[in-house]
Order: sequence, then structure tokens, then C-alpha cells
Amino acid sequence: MKFAAFGIATALQFAATVSGFAADPIRIGDINSYSAIPAFTIPYRNGATLALEEINAAGGVLGRPLELVSRDDNGKPEDALRAANDLVFNQKVVALSGTFFSNVGLAVSDFAKTNKVPFLAAEALSDALTWQQGHRYAFRVRSSTYMQAAMLAEEAAKLPAKRWAVIAPNYEFGHAVVNAFKKLLSEKRSDVEWVSEQFPTQGKIDAGATLQAIGAANPDAIFNAMVLPDLVRLVREGNDRDFFKGKAIVSVMTGQPDFLDPLKDEAPVGWIVTGYPWGEITTPEHTAFLAAYRKRFNDYPRAGSVSGYTTIKALAAAMVRAGKTDSESIVDAMSGLDVESPFGKVTFRSIDHQSTMGMYVGRIALKNGVGTMSDFHYADGAKYLPPDDEVRRLRPQN
Amino acid sequence: MSLGLFLAQALTGLASAATLFLVSVGLSLVFGITRVVNFAHGAFFMVGAYVGYTLTNYFAASDALSYWLCVVAAAVIVGAIGMAVELLLMRRMYKVPELFQLLATFAVSLLIDDILPIIFGPEDLLAPRVRSLRGGIDLFGARMPVYDLYMIAAAAIVLLLLYIAITRTRWGVLIRAATQDRDMVGALGVNQAWLFTGVFTLGVFLAGLAGALQLGRTSANLGMGTSAITEAFVVVVIGGMGSVTGALVAAILIGELSALGVAYFPQLNLVLMFLIMAAVLAVRPSGLFGKPEALTRQHEFSDEPPLRAISRPLAFAAIALLALLTIAPAVLGTYGLSVVVDVMIAIVFAGSLYLILGPGGLVTFGHACYFGVGAYAVALGIRYAGLSFASALVLAPLAASLFALAFGWLSVRVSGVYFAMLTFALAQIVWSVVFQWYDVTGGDNGLIGLWPTSLSPLVFYFVTLALTAGSIAILGWIPHSALGYALRVTRDSPARAAAIGIDVRLVRLFAFVIASLFAGLAGGLSAFAKGSVFPTAISIGRSIDGLVMVLMGGVESIAGPVVGAAMFYLMQTEILRYTDRWRLVLGVLIILIVLVFPKGVVGSISQRLRGEESR
Repeated sequence: MKFAAFGIATALQFAATVSGFAADPIRIGDINSYSAIPAFTIPYRNGATLALEEINAAGGVLGRPLELVSRDDNGKPEDALRAANDLVFNQKVVALSGTFFSNVGLAVSDFAKTNKVPFLAAEALSDALTWQQGHRYAFRVRSSTYMQAAMLAEEAAKLPAKRWAVIAPNYEFGHAVVNAFKKLLSEKRSDVEWVSEQFPTQGKIDAGATLQAIGAANPDAIFNAMVLPDLVRLVREGNDRDFFKGKAIVSVMTGQPDFLDPLKDEAPVGWIVTGYPWGEITTPEHTAFLAAYRKRFNDYPRAGSVSGYTTIKALAAAMVRAGKTDSESIVDAMSGLDVESPFGKVTFRSIDHQSTMGMYVGRIALKNGVGTMSDFHYADGAKYLPPDDEVRRLRPQN
Repeated sequence: MSLGLFLAQALTGLASAATLFLVSVGLSLVFGITRVVNFAHGAFFMVGAYVGYTLTNYFAASDALSYWLCVVAAAVIVGAIGMAVELLLMRRMYKVPELFQLLATFAVSLLIDDILPIIFGPEDLLAPRVRSLRGGIDLFGARMPVYDLYMIAAAAIVLLLLYIAITRTRWGVLIRAATQDRDMVGALGVNQAWLFTGVFTLGVFLAGLAGALQLGRTSANLGMGTSAITEAFVVVVIGGMGSVTGALVAAILIGELSALGVAYFPQLNLVLMFLIMAAVLAVRPSGLFGKPEALTRQHEFSDEPPLRAISRPLAFAAIALLALLTIAPAVLGTYGLSVVVDVMIAIVFAGSLYLILGPGGLVTFGHACYFGVGAYAVALGIRYAGLSFASALVLAPLAASLFALAFGWLSVRVSGVYFAMLTFALAQIVWSVVFQWYDVTGGDNGLIGLWPTSLSPLVFYFVTLALTAGSIAILGWIPHSALGYALRVTRDSPARAAAIGIDVRLVRLFAFVIASLFAGLAGGLSAFAKGSVFPTAISIGRSIDGLVMVLMGGVESIAGPVVGAAMFYLMQTEILRYTDRWRLVLGVLIILIVLVFPKGVVGSISQRLRGEESR
């Protein structure tokens, strides 16, 4: 028994070491919820791997190869903290990256602050990461909760709808995105009324009952932030009940392939969404990224792939800009750094360390029996952040 | 709310009740006969959905008939898988304490959780829907999905068939007899083994059927098993373990109250089910239609060896280990130090659970509650009262024992699986309060930045070491004390204990509070060790981890949880370091452990050292 465990451990250790035989690589410690939500995080890791391979093929960073040491956080902040500890003190990584869930992102961010290690959050969306609990060592790639709410509020304000209902998952992201959306839409339109609010438990939506309860308030429009797998139940139940007819639906992230693909031909056409219509974007940066990604993985990218790719490119760019790899130099270089992403140039703002990477905003459409987006435009993240003095007020100044 | 909406909402509730009934009735039947709390039931439900997806896709089911055939075929396949699991694994385990069967089913669910994405990929899979099953019809002025009505019909058919099978067939007679007294059924010459196989297969078949039926409403996804198992347990416990009628009534109760609750109290959705369960168990300790747990002629641990004082070699080993840990910081780096601290915290947690589980003979699914209360006491003390390290740490066991006093008072009135579920419900209620109370607890984002700058990691290491050694010494000594003797007699024979003047509930409550006090201490230490606290500290996952640790080590002496906690923690962290498939590896390891060391590692080894025959 013991021998078996020992054998497995050594075999794995061996497998782990042969992949990184190159002399004196620069290591980046990556933490993500690979076992908890593989559908979102494996594309992330693919994107990161692609960036890594491109960088190393071009001679690495500062003449040294880049290496990614990847750890699963099991979807739990405490496991992420243990992994961070292992990565920083054992594996001697120069920076931490990754995280999907907000609480995991915030936990690793706190670890980075205590231990003075750069942390580039890839996908954790909580506004607190760059604002209320922001600090010198934490940065983020993806458009935050607030930014996505702002992009959708802009579209929602153009609709005639006055009576709004909201439905969002019952955890921090759901409440935060609803609060931001309500605040921003009410500012733009003093005539809107909020008539119903539902916060179903993530993963356990009672879709029929929830929709009926919302319908009883007779809204003209609905703001939705439900994610998978609840989204599927919501859409099916709504279609069966003809619930969405005559109502405008504004929905967060539903235009991402990771959300649309499972819905197949039942994708809710006409919803106004933030997303990533990978097959429709014609910018040269994205075309190149798409071709490289398809060639390497024989699959198309998801939203996470773009984040993963940009995360590694950004860390590499910061090290090149700094000219060295110590924590303080990397952090200094990250601040105000410009990076080429598949969505074009993005900047890590020095005021709050949020990147200006945006998202695509448009309507869901069906193409060859699969959901995609139509009438979309790229919403540049820089335009959807609050004024600087408000950011300063939100963020601890030290 | 208008009457029409009320009726429409009630009908929607009935459709959820149908699903709840289908998924929970199998669990209830299996428990009634085999006394196995089948943790893998939710996983089989999920397998049903995936197999159903594959079949409907493969046969391109385009009319309603072929769709239903695919659904039934999926359930049959899942039932066959269940039968294989019973024959290969569970059958070897009916002679070992029931708790270890629970451990085995937990391992099966871990395996399934990891095997499914390997076969089907990580993405949610949506089965195409037959046209005639789409859309809705108008009822009570609202539009109802046709599929909801089919779900209700499917549940009714299953109910009818079960009713006929149980009341009109010889097999049904045996089932009812075995539910009441399975030893007597065995004594009368019935082959129990095949009866168990049959019931287990039927239970898993029903789980698979419920899973496959979900394809009309949602996608096959990797989260559905975990979600279903909790709901199924709640329904089964409210209805009464082993009762089909109970499962039906409880499913309708939960389905309706949730549907109407969504309309009236949307903010309660996280906790409603557990409030109902706690309320029902407080009034009817055996559930609505359950009977107090049937007499078994042999207690779980009745073949436990007599308690002995610590043996000389073991005492030396313990002292040597302490000495080793005292000098360890000299060689361990920051990471190594933090791992040892984590292991020690896990040991205190598992040790505290051992007191309830071993000498107390009570299974709890809610022990994480007291760990979490301790952790949050520290976090809130530092955040809002500016407490120092020492005073915050004192607060942890205090707060945990206060909660334990209140919850324990409610819980010790019941025993067996009802105790397990009542403690679970109370823990879930605390969890959902913490999870939603953003202003105070930070909600799911937790409270971070708790590490006091004045505290050096080395000092903290030695504080943890001293507290761990002290806690384990006390927890190991308690079974040898007067309280320990009283506790064990309440476990082995509550009736005799009561007859000689022992207040069974009081003794159990006392032990429960002491155990929770140490769990709270472990939680308090973890708040410092991580510098943060999250609702996961209170989650069912942590309670189960604790159970697995104790069972892996063994429940016969304090050495069991110590070894089990260290093994489990190190295995999990090491596996996590190298692969995302840790559940698969852990599941295989647990099954091996259960088969090779059916009394836990420490229990089995010491049994062999004593040279006893394994029974």
C-alpha cells in the first residue's frame, strides 16, 4: 500500500520534472479550479500554454525560458492558499496567476499582499479585487463585474423598457453585478422601476417557480446573471412557457461560447449579452490568435483561452519591461503596462491595476444551429470604469 | 398573488416534487434494507443523465416513444452498474461496521465524479428534445411546460409499480420483513445477499431513471450529482428512512414549499429545505413516516476490543514524534512548516470527531459547523473587536461550545442516521447565514487579511504543536474517564445505561460539547494558519473529510484519527500537486484501504498484532 503510494508519487514527480529540464527557467505559479469547473479552466490553461510556447519559441524572457507550474485549487480558497504557499516558497515562482472564483481570487490576492508576490488574477471577477481590497501586488486581466454591468447598462438604457426584473445567482458575483447594473441604469434612466428580484441558489434553480414569480410582477425587461447549469434550465423553462416573448432580456456573459455551446439550437435568440463571438471577430490580432489556437489544440478558443493567453503575455511583457524578475520590479513594470491581447492592445491601469480588456456586446443569434452573436461591437474596457476620483475613494490608498 | 398564480405555482411545485421523489425513493429503499447510507446515489443520478444523453444522441431519438425507451434503457444500464458495484464492493462489506460502507460509497462517488469528464468531456451536454415534448399548455391562466406534466406522470407510474411490487409480490414481502428485522429474515432462511443485491440495484436503477428524466429539463452536467444527493437525503430523512410513502409526502412538501417560497420569500431559497428538515426532526425525530431505527442485534462496534491503557511502545512513539516535531522547524521551509501546521489542525479536528464517532457511537454530518464557528469567532474577533492573537484564539472554542450546547441539545434527542442528518441540517443553516450575511461575514468571499503582523510563523507553529499535543492527550484520555465509560455504555446499550441511572442525553450532550470545543479550537487555529476564513470552513465537504479521516484511521483509539488525518491530508495535498484527477486517485486509495483495512488502518493493524481472527 505504502509502496504503491510512494510509486505513484515518484512517477508523478518524475513526470513533473522532465517537462521542465531546461536550464534555469523563470517560473510562473498558476492556480485554477481545474477539477471543479474544467469546462472553463481547461481552455484557460490551453490559452496560457499557447502563450508560453510562443514566448519560448521566440527565445524566452530575458534569455531564459518561461515555465508554468500549474496547481488545482479544487474550487476552494483554502486549497488555493496552500498551493500558493507551495508555489512561492517551494517552487520559487516569480509571480502567481490564475483563479476563476472570486473568493479564490481574493484569497490568493491576500496571500500575495502578505508575502509581497505579484499576482495577476485572470478571471476572478469581484470588484473588490482591484478596489475595496486592492493593493500593490494584485492585478486583473478580465473585465470586472462592474465593467460588464456598465456595458450592459449602456445597452439597456436604449431600450424602451421601464419595468425591470433581475435574476442572479445567490453569491457575491450575482449580488454585485445586480447592484452595479441597477445603479448605472437608474442613473441613466430615472423612469425605470425595479419590480422583482430573484437570487436562486447556484446550481439549484427552481426555474419554473422562479420565472412564474418574476412573471407575476409583469416586467418589460429582465436582467439575468445566471450561469451554467442553471442557465440551461432557465432558457428551456422560459421557452416552454413562452416567457421571454415580448420581454427584453439583458444577460451577463451569455454570449461566451462556454455558455452558448451547451445550449445548442436552443440558444435564446435576441438576448442582449456580453460575450465572445470567436467565429465572427475579424481583427488581425484575433485572427492570428484563432489560427494559432486551432492549430495547437484542434479546438476553438473559449473566453478563458483569451484570458489565459493574455495573462502569460502580460507577465512576460512585465518582466521584459522590468529587465529583471524580482517581485518589486515586476509590480512596478505591470503598472501602466501595455500588452497585445487577442482583443487588441490593453493597458493595466496604474490607478487600480485593472486591465482595460473589454468584451463584445451584442445580441444572441443562431448560425448553423449553434448560438453566436450578431450586431456586436467591442466594448473597450477603458470606457466602462468609474471616474478616477471614485476609484481612488473605493481603493485603500497606501 | 392571485389564485391562478398560486395554482400554477403549486403545479410547478408538483413537477419538482416528482423529480425529488424519483431521486430519493431509491435512496430510501436501499437504506431501509441494507442500512447503507449510499453517498454515491447522487453520482448514479448523474450517470443516468450522461448515459441517457448518449443513448438519445446515438439513436437520434426523434419521437416521444423512442425518447422514453432511451430513458428507461439508460436507467437499466445504470442499474446494471449499480449491481456490479454491489457485487464487487458492497457485498464484501456488509460484515464491517456500517460506517465503512458509507466510506466505500463515498469513494465510489469520487470515482464517478472523475470518470465522467474523462469519458464525456467537461462541458455541459444538452440532449436534443423531441418536438412533442417541447412547449407548454395553458393551465390556471399560466403556461405550463408539457414536460412537467410528463414528469408528474412518470413519478406516479413509478410509485404505482413500487406499490404493487412491495405489497403484492413475495419479493415485496421479504423487503418489508427485512426493513423491520433483517436478522430474523436471515434466520428464516432467506438469502440476504441476493435480497441486498436486488434492492441496491433497484435503488440505483431509480437514481438513473431520475437522472435520465432530467434531460428534458436541463443538460447533463458534472454538478448535478452533488446537488441531487443533498436534496435526496433531506427528502428521505423528512419522510423517514426506508418509507416510500414518506419519500412521497416529503417530496411533495419540499417541492411545494420551495415553489411557493420562491414567490413569497425569495431570499430564503438557500436555507428553506434545511429549515424544514430541522423543524420536522425537532417535532418527529424519526421523520414523518419513519419508525425509530430498527433493532439490530449486533452493535456496530460491539466487536471492539476492550479499552487498554496506552502501550509502552506507542507511548514512546508518541514522545519520539513530539520530539521530532519540536526540532522539525530547523529543517522545514516555509511551505513544509505550513503543511505540518495544516496536518496538526486536521488532527485536532479529526480527534474531536472521533470522540463523538468512536466512544460516542454517533455519526454526525455537521461537525464542520463547530470548526467553522471557531474560525469565524477568531475572524470576527480580530476584524470587529480588534482582539489580540491569544484572546481571539480563546474565543474560538468558547463560541463553538456555545453553539454545540444549543444544537447538541436539539440533536441528542435522536440517534443513528437522524442524528447525522439533524446535525447536518443545523450546520447547513449556519453555513447559509454565513454565506449570505455579506455585511458581517463577507459572504462567500470570506474574511481575509487576519494574520497578525506581530505573530511570527515559528511562534505560531509551536503554539499549534502544544495545543495539538494537549488536545490529543485529553481526547485520548476521555474514553478512560468516568465520562468515557458512561458514553460507551450509552453507545453499546442505551436502554441498560438508562436503567442504571445514566442520563443518556446528558452524557451525549456533554461529549458533543467537549468534541465541538476542540473542533472550534482547530477552526480558530486554521483562521490564523490561513490568515482568512471562508464559508467552506462550515461546508458539508469539510464534515465529510473529517469522517473520512477518522474512518481511514479507525475508531477504536485516538491513534486512529491521528494517523487517518495525517494520511488523508498528505494524500490529498500530494495528489493535488500533480494531477487534476485527485478524486480518482483518492477514490481508488479509499477503496483499497476499506478492503485491506476494514477497521481503519490503525484498527486493522492492531487487530493483527493482537493476533485475532478477522470476523
